[in-house]
Amino acid sequence: MAEPRVLVLRAAGTNCDAETAHAFVAHGASAQTVHVNRLLATPTLLDGVGLVAIPGGFSYGDDIAAGKVFAAEISNTLGDHFRKFIARGGLVLGICNGFQVLVKTGLLSVPDDNGAASPITLHWNDTHRYEARWVHVSVDASLCVMAPKDKRLLELPVAHGEGKLIGTDPNMAARALTRHQAVFRYVNADGSEPEWPANPNGSQGHIAGLCDSTGQVLGLMPHPERAMFPWHHPAWTREPQRSEGDGASLFRAAVAAMR
Amino acid sequence: MRWQIEVLPRDPSHDSLGSVLARKLRALGVPKITRVDAARLYLLSGALTRADAERVAQHLLADPVTECASVHEWEHYGGDAPGCVAVFKKHGVTDSAEAGVLRGAASLGVQAESASTGMRYRLEGVPKAKLQAVAESALANLAIENIQVGSDRFPAAKPLAKGRVQRVEVPLIHANDAALEQLSRRGGLSLSLAEMQVIRAHFAAVGREPSEIELESVAQTWSEHCKHKTLCGEIDYRGPGIGTLPGNARISNLLKTTIKDATTVLDRDFCLSVFHDNAGVIAFDGNWALCMKVETHNHPSAIEPYGGAGTGLGGVIRDILGTGQGAKPVANVDVFCVGDPNMAPEDVPKGAMHPRRILRGVVEGVRDYGNQMGIPTVAGGVFFDNRYVGNPLVYAGTVGLLPVNRVRKQVSPGDVIVVLGGRTGRDGIHGATFSSLELHDSSETADAGAVQIGNAITEKKLADIVLQARDLDLFTAITDCGAGGFSSAVGEMGELCGARVYLERAPLKYAGLSPTEIWISESQERMVLAVPQERVAPLLKLAASEDVEAFVLGEFTSTNQLELFYGHECVGSISMDFLHNAVPRVERSATWEPAPTEGLPLPAAADATDVLLRLLSSPNIASKEWIIRQYDHEVQAGSVLKPLVGIRHQAPGDAAVIAPVLGSTVGFAVGLGMNPCYGDIDPYGMACAAIDEALRNVVAVGADPDHCAILDNFSWGNCAKSDRLGGLVRAAWACRDAAVALGTPFISGKDSLNNEYRVGEKTIVIPPSLLISALARVEDVRRVVSMDFKAAGSAIWMVGLTRDEMGGSHFLRLHGQRGDTLPSFDGVVARATFATLHAAIRSGSVRACHDLSEGGLAVAAAEMVFASDIGADIDLDLLPSDKAGHDDRILLFSESLTRFLVEVPEIHCARFDAQLTGVPHARIGTTNTQARLCIRRSSSGRTLVAADAPSMERAFRAPLPKALEGGDASHG
Repeated sequence: MAEPRVLVLRAAGTNCDAETAHAFVAHGASAQTVHVNRLLATPTLLDGVGLVAIPGGFSYGDDIAAGKVFAAEISNTLGDHFRKFIARGGLVLGICNGFQVLVKTGLLSVPDDNGAASPITLHWNDTHRYEARWVHVSVDASLCVMAPKDKRLLELPVAHGEGKLIGTDPNMAARALTRHQAVFRYVNADGSEPEWPANPNGSQGHIAGLCDSTGQVLGLMPHPERAMFPWHHPAWTREPQRSEGDGASLFRAAVAAMR
Repeated sequence: MRWQIEVLPRDPSHDSLGSVLARKLRALGVPKITRVDAARLYLLSGALTRADAERVAQHLLADPVTECASVHEWEHYGGDAPGCVAVFKKHGVTDSAEAGVLRGAASLGVQAESASTGMRYRLEGVPKAKLQAVAESALANLAIENIQVGSDRFPAAKPLAKGRVQRVEVPLIHANDAALEQLSRRGGLSLSLAEMQVIRAHFAAVGREPSEIELESVAQTWSEHCKHKTLCGEIDYRGPGIGTLPGNARISNLLKTTIKDATTVLDRDFCLSVFHDNAGVIAFDGNWALCMKVETHNHPSAIEPYGGAGTGLGGVIRDILGTGQGAKPVANVDVFCVGDPNMAPEDVPKGAMHPRRILRGVVEGVRDYGNQMGIPTVAGGVFFDNRYVGNPLVYAGTVGLLPVNRVRKQVSPGDVIVVLGGRTGRDGIHGATFSSLELHDSSETADAGAVQIGNAITEKKLADIVLQARDLDLFTAITDCGAGGFSSAVGEMGELCGARVYLERAPLKYAGLSPTEIWISESQERMVLAVPQERVAPLLKLAASEDVEAFVLGEFTSTNQLELFYGHECVGSISMDFLHNAVPRVERSATWEPAPTEGLPLPAAADATDVLLRLLSSPNIASKEWIIRQYDHEVQAGSVLKPLVGIRHQAPGDAAVIAPVLGSTVGFAVGLGMNPCYGDIDPYGMACAAIDEALRNVVAVGADPDHCAILDNFSWGNCAKSDRLGGLVRAAWACRDAAVALGTPFISGKDSLNNEYRVGEKTIVIPPSLLISALARVEDVRRVVSMDFKAAGSAIWMVGLTRDEMGGSHFLRLHGQRGDTLPSFDGVVARATFATLHAAIRSGSVRACHDLSEGGLAVAAAEMVFASDIGADIDLDLLPSDKAGHDDRILLFSESLTRFLVEVPEIHCARFDAQLTGVPHARIGTTNTQARLCIRRSSSGRTLVAADAPSMERAFRAPLPKALEGGDASHG
């Protein structure tokens, strides 16, 4: 079987591309990091690729809103190519800024009861401040092919200012949960409903990661690529030895889904 | 056509910025404010229809869920906004959002020519007359922004001032001394009379007058910043000797005699490049080297904390990009020294900003620049003392990773000078130059010229290209544009061959700059490269592929001349030899007298538990979590030990550890040492203590003290005054003595020697402030230890001797005393202690290790307890000390050097005891399940300290959020 191919898409201000590529390579994929200018010039670079990853960072400085300009380029210029890519079974993963990009392209949405897309966004954290800390998230793996299959509860780091998922429709979060689109949710360590800082941004339904209705497009605020090695965990020196960080589960599942 | 677009929240619940600002304004003393509504403003120009503007407004600028937008034709827009203030960038200030807006608009098929941004705030509960003042206090940055009250219409652009582009001759060779001094002063050249005389003699010999640009080139090259004239000059020291410093000595080149001498004497083979490149370089593993540089950016941060701190960090990151043939920045550190954030507003000296505002500003500056660059900020500190009130200190440092075969750079005649990165503007041209006198008179750009304006995304794009170009072998040498801009960068690179420069080629932020302004502009985010002819085209192509501007500025020659052209005119030509080697040596006198002794008894014995809780809450010891969490400390995925460790990720780690090569287990630790309190007693002892502390920090986590390098950063008062310089001599000498004793070389350093603040007749001098940074290799990151206790039933060992050394301690500071006896440094014992403790950690004997610093044993033990919720029972009678019979307060709170608390499992105790043979150590207690610190005297049966983990943690965590936000610890 051919090695699954990942295209890591970066733009001005992307800064998690190297570790994202490394996480895929460590799980048996090949990863090519491509500047968005190249993809704009040559959309056929998507041919033969199994997964497009949009890593974390501050694309174009996040000046209008996080991920907004990068999202505009993808949806206005590359939109058809991405839709074709997804239609032929391609996977798209957005981490942190990549999640913000995917939400703002409309590639990630929670359809309303009539199947129409109702707008969602990732708004400023309730603290209106960038914060870095580790959180617990629960996993719903029923729909998303990239969701970790071997763990129900993960510990991952978050580092963002705009991660509060909200929608125009007040029932957005409830629907996302029912339809298993809410792949990751912030929880307390014991699995119970969180408050700040366990839910670091005030996200509706405590949603930390969302997939589209095909399960092929996934975005999440936490950084699984920063939870790969045993020593990434903030308290690893006081806990029983781990073989890997919890984030590895996601990359393992994503690479398996490409095969 | 121009379109003004406003974007505002659909509903107040979405206006998180507005609600945060309302809270911030209340904390800053605007109590009656009831509500703030925030709106973003855009001005879009170009051949655009209303439909185009609407399209951009709806599909790019406004969020579909939270915001709505309205579009006005700017020419006919009234802009009435009662009760509102609007904030716009000053003319000539680059709008960092512009590029993104234009790019996003283009993707919608709308080709705009330019875009500007602004903000509008509606302030409820603030009387109209107060709006301006309130806006100045928190909503605008007056260095780069204007406030408009009552109208939100974008101001019309003013025409920009134009500089003269012809060669400007300066009559100098026949000037008398008084005229020379006036020339230097009026031109803001900061050249002394002796230096001006040397310049006069040089041009008299050449037989012509200098041009303005030549004089500026000399001034930049000979600046204290570039040449370290004080440290490298002649010093007549009058004062007692100490260590190897003789009393009443004449010192020729203090830097070479002390700090560089230590490195030369030690001759460590892991030092790959020291003191001559933009950063010091040490060996790391077979393929990689590590480099580090720490800079200060004090005065810019005093004027404008956010921009000053951001560009300070941006500058040191470029130092790393410009080390060897380009290193990858992998970690940042930052240290701030500020006044008390709880200072009463009326106590803030005239013209200075409140310490709270300064600290918030510098934190935000480092946060935004460092986070956007994608470099983890892994270590730092904040030191509070009211003498920093008018002159805060901002230290920013960066560690880089460099392929071992790229450590050296090479400039050859014929190489092309290529500039990469941002455009050149008037930013950072300090003071008045000859041409700018007329320029700044009536032009708004004068204001923009005074500050440096950073744009992290421009630098991130630049870094991406530099590292790719390095790996493609597209250049042979690189340096950054820092102080002095092109003049310093090209001048340094061409020092040994010569250079020819065509200034009209530089892309400008706006038209109208004179050749001199282009030459010395300190616009940020620019790097200068030496590129072999045949690689110029591929380099320019690579840069263009990622929208990074690149142009050919000139070429390196073999003429040994620096030749400057603007169009066809030669505006300056000056010998490299004169430029670099003719600066006359400065002669300074230095005096030092021992500080008068206080001779006070120890403060009356209060309850030691109460003292401990107050120490944990004192600003210098209390948690900096409010700051740390705003920094990304894990990007690049190299994080091994984070700045916050422990069971709730809330306790202060001794040093951060990073494994920068993904997949490899070789890492490094960064530790910092700084003790300004000690400097009031003797800067010699202070410097030894800072070095000991930096080393303790890296040793405590398991880094190798024998593969460790240190950096010095001196921030001092005005060293033209002999008493300030006397302290500096002693501190520098201590650096030499301690480094030699420890076998730890210096690899890089920097000094900032004029940190004083004048209010009327009074001068506030900062305390002597030496920051020592340690960079140490970690052979295997899987063996590092953190400071939190790991298990009940372990032995607690104390390593190191406790002495009656309360001078400068936080215990005395808490009681309003300074004390007389500083902690003493014994290099032989320290070196042996670091080596044996390191061996014990490597062997796996140690589960937790914490160094003892501010607050001594009691504070260190408390931190280990609340970090873990594991209790400790400690018997003071067992504490190793220099002599028996010390007072409890000394044993609990003395800050004697080279001490560690170590948790060792019972089964490893015998081995640990043997491993520590030859250095003072003793078992002083045991851990338990009680989540409580208990320190007692077995001899008397008295319990001295009894405190539970939650109350200690609360004391430690609450103060900073309260001081900075006026809020509680939780939502801060």
